[in-house]
Amino acid sequence: MSNGVAVSIQRTVKITVNGSEFTAPEGSTILQACRSEGLEIPTLCYLENLTPVNTCRLCMVEVQGSRTLVPSCSRKIEPGMVVNTESDRVQASRKMVLELLASSVDMSIVSDELSEWMERHQVDKERFGPQALPAQLGERETTHAGHHVRGDGTLAATVFEPVKIDNDQYVRDYSRCVLCYRCVEACGTDAQNTFAIALGGRGFEAHITTEYDVPLPESACVYCGNCVAVCPTNALMFKIEHDMRQAQTWDESRQTLTRTICPYCGVGCNLEIHAQDNKIVKVTSPLDHDVTSGMLCVKGRFGFEFINS
Amino acid sequence: MDLKTSGKPASVEEKEVLDAILSKIDQPDPDRNGKILTDGHGIPSFNSGGHRDLLLPALHALQERIGWISHGALDYLSIQLGVPPAETYGVASFYSMFSLEQAPETVIHVCDDIACRAALNADPAEAMGQRFGSDSRVSDNTMWVRSPCLGRCEEGSAALIQHSGSAHRRVLMAPFDVDDLANQMRKPVLEWTNTDSVRIPQRETAPDTLRLLRRVGVVDPSSVDSYKVHGGYEALRRALEIGPENVIREVKDSKLMGRGGAAFPTGVKWESVARNTVRPHYFVCNADESEPGTFKDRVIMEQDPFSIVEGLTIAGYATGCEKGYVYIRGEYPLAEERLENAITAARTRGLLGKNILGRDFSFDIELRRGAGAYIAGEETALFNSIEGKRAEPRNKPPFPAQAGLFQKPTGINNVETLINILEILSVGGIAYAKIGTPDSSGTRLFCLSGSVSKPGLYEAPFGVKLGDLLEMAGGVASGKTLKAILLGGAAGSFVGPDQLDIPLSFEGVRTAGVTLGSGVVMVFDQDADMNQAILRIAQFFREESCGQCVPCRVGTVRQEELLTRLATNNMIGSRSDELELFGSIASVMRESSICGLGQTAANAVESALKLGLFQG
Repeated sequence: MSNGVAVSIQRTVKITVNGSEFTAPEGSTILQACRSEGLEIPTLCYLENLTPVNTCRLCMVEVQGSRTLVPSCSRKIEPGMVVNTESDRVQASRKMVLELLASSVDMSIVSDELSEWMERHQVDKERFGPQALPAQLGERETTHAGHHVRGDGTLAATVFEPVKIDNDQYVRDYSRCVLCYRCVEACGTDAQNTFAIALGGRGFEAHITTEYDVPLPESACVYCGNCVAVCPTNALMFKIEHDMRQAQTWDESRQTLTRTICPYCGVGCNLEIHAQDNKIVKVTSPLDHDVTSGMLCVKGRFGFEFINS
Repeated sequence: MDLKTSGKPASVEEKEVLDAILSKIDQPDPDRNGKILTDGHGIPSFNSGGHRDLLLPALHALQERIGWISHGALDYLSIQLGVPPAETYGVASFYSMFSLEQAPETVIHVCDDIACRAALNADPAEAMGQRFGSDSRVSDNTMWVRSPCLGRCEEGSAALIQHSGSAHRRVLMAPFDVDDLANQMRKPVLEWTNTDSVRIPQRETAPDTLRLLRRVGVVDPSSVDSYKVHGGYEALRRALEIGPENVIREVKDSKLMGRGGAAFPTGVKWESVARNTVRPHYFVCNADESEPGTFKDRVIMEQDPFSIVEGLTIAGYATGCEKGYVYIRGEYPLAEERLENAITAARTRGLLGKNILGRDFSFDIELRRGAGAYIAGEETALFNSIEGKRAEPRNKPPFPAQAGLFQKPTGINNVETLINILEILSVGGIAYAKIGTPDSSGTRLFCLSGSVSKPGLYEAPFGVKLGDLLEMAGGVASGKTLKAILLGGAAGSFVGPDQLDIPLSFEGVRTAGVTLGSGVVMVFDQDADMNQAILRIAQFFREESCGQCVPCRVGTVRQEELLTRLATNNMIGSRSDELELFGSIASVMRESSICGLGQTAANAVESALKLGLFQG
């Protein structure tokens, strides 16, 4: 370019959403196109810095000509596509997906945005009956694929089980796990390439696990905490936060956020230091930071104890 | 990168077993080596060696010889294949035929599914419970478990014996007898062997009406010469004569639609694979027949296996493939043995391998065995299973013709679809299209089971009336009154005695709001316990859901709970409240599940409720 400014020629595609026509870059997903127009679609398993897995089915929308609803997080737009994000079909599906989730999973600590969606759809977590009590530790993990004991139907089955605490960095409370696959992706090739965890079991007993459900210290885990950073329902939680919540001292309104650069090496990862009562309680990295995309290593994530001491 | 493992050692025997499988890695596959493959939902999986697809065969070998998959063996296998142990564990724990804890050397899987229930008017597993106790362990070295449909529905009862150790074997017993089992267990060596079952009543009454089944029960399934005497390999010769484009034209002219359940035009599918410029192409035969009440593919594999080899070879030729796969369910030992033998025999005779029939065409077939998962029959889940991953269906698009097995353009057809190709090339596409109805060409295989006088496999041109088919099978067993027919399998729907005039064609069932599915026609008589049958269907989907997406993973659980409440009169609110709730569950599963399993999981139940078949 003679003026030294790079010009990229981006093709655009014209689509119609909820009756209004607009254009979006070719290759965008329906979700990206809608968000760029300020249209809201709820998501749960989707995260900008991870490969879409389209398993939660919360972002389903209606596309003209399609027999079923389609996942907006992964369906790419096509010229002339006619989309409806708010039709009765979409709303009914959205409400049911949220109710099926809330009836089986503890969704008491989720983002404000998701809470709002649940309120908006008047989600009743007991619509399928009172929730069943937690399983014994290891019970769900050892259920043989293709077998289960049928109850009398009066209690709604849940994924509730005791919290797994096997290290000082973070805890795993799988009662809160919606199987969004985000932690598996972050532990795998989307970020960390450690592969300590995977999906195990099948059906309602499918769960996130190490091989043979071994405790994390015996697994390949390197404690980067990236799985914790991407978890949308706090099934994975830093130990400090978990302990403070147990002691009822966790109070986000009293926390400060300081942005700095990690001092350990020369990569230049941005850190967000969450502090309460002058003590560091959590370290995160901004999702939109171009060095980290929200991911850190064990040093940046957990290497702050010396400051507190 | 290095993989971290527990450090638990594999035993000498375990290493031997695995080394035998891993020795098949003679050279790196240039196409797959060193690449990171992505799984169903695009999650890239660690795959340094490019031989992850040996994972399932290796797990089978461990299960067979050792009887379970130990931590040490799993670690050893993971290191050898370059698959993280957590992922290997995730795969092994997905399939019901693998055990991750020490198990007795003999495991008996007793079918307690709907067809056997309808035939016996009882729960077939109940006799086991009465004899051996509901505790699944029978003795120190034997245990029994309930099983979904084992595909021997025409016999009315069935059990799969999975015996591990140096004399390992799998035997699919039907009919299944509890006394025989008790006698056998007293003997030092198990004497069970796989037996043939050919129940084609038309063979006696109207042999001329058999097209697809004309060789079944007549040809020697182990002999390529016998197959040739009965017209075998004429279709392949014809295909090689006319060339790939003309083969596809014949298939398009025939208007053949897939027999796996989705009824997609086969010629269109083949053409899109053939035209794809990405190489290589693969062709897969889906022999993972697991739809409750379905046994047609098993009969063909057991009795006329060469027809599948020939059909798949033609498919490979037309679509530009050098490699084909047959994915067969793990519960079909005899079918697997016969098919394996047919592949080997064809290879020996120059009908597979390089320069087939002296032409410039090379093609070979590999047989892959499933390990107990209905969902693996979903085509994209099947690809994942072959690739050594959990059989979780992929989101579509992309479709298999764009990115299928190993992310390459892939054609995939059901067994029954492939053997129709032979018929098309033999009579010509246009002549074939004249069989059946204008919109549903050809003949269809129907699996008659349950309370019917002459259960078995039937063949009739599309358009045959349901009542006529029932009549061909001698009507309801013992002169009883018909209560309902389940059409199309667990993913199909119930119809009542007043719907016997439904024409069994794609358009005919569409008008009636039902489906042909996999050709299941399961008969329930006046004494059938419909509540138990419908609950068993709900249980089936709850246990066979892969667990990936919310509507199906939780919806199938809520469906079963709701039906149980109805049956036991423990309702939340009124019956109409419960029915409204059911409607919402059914609707979200249909609208928002990833694949056909979730989308159809409420069909049969919904139809039963509509017909008033469910009491409560």
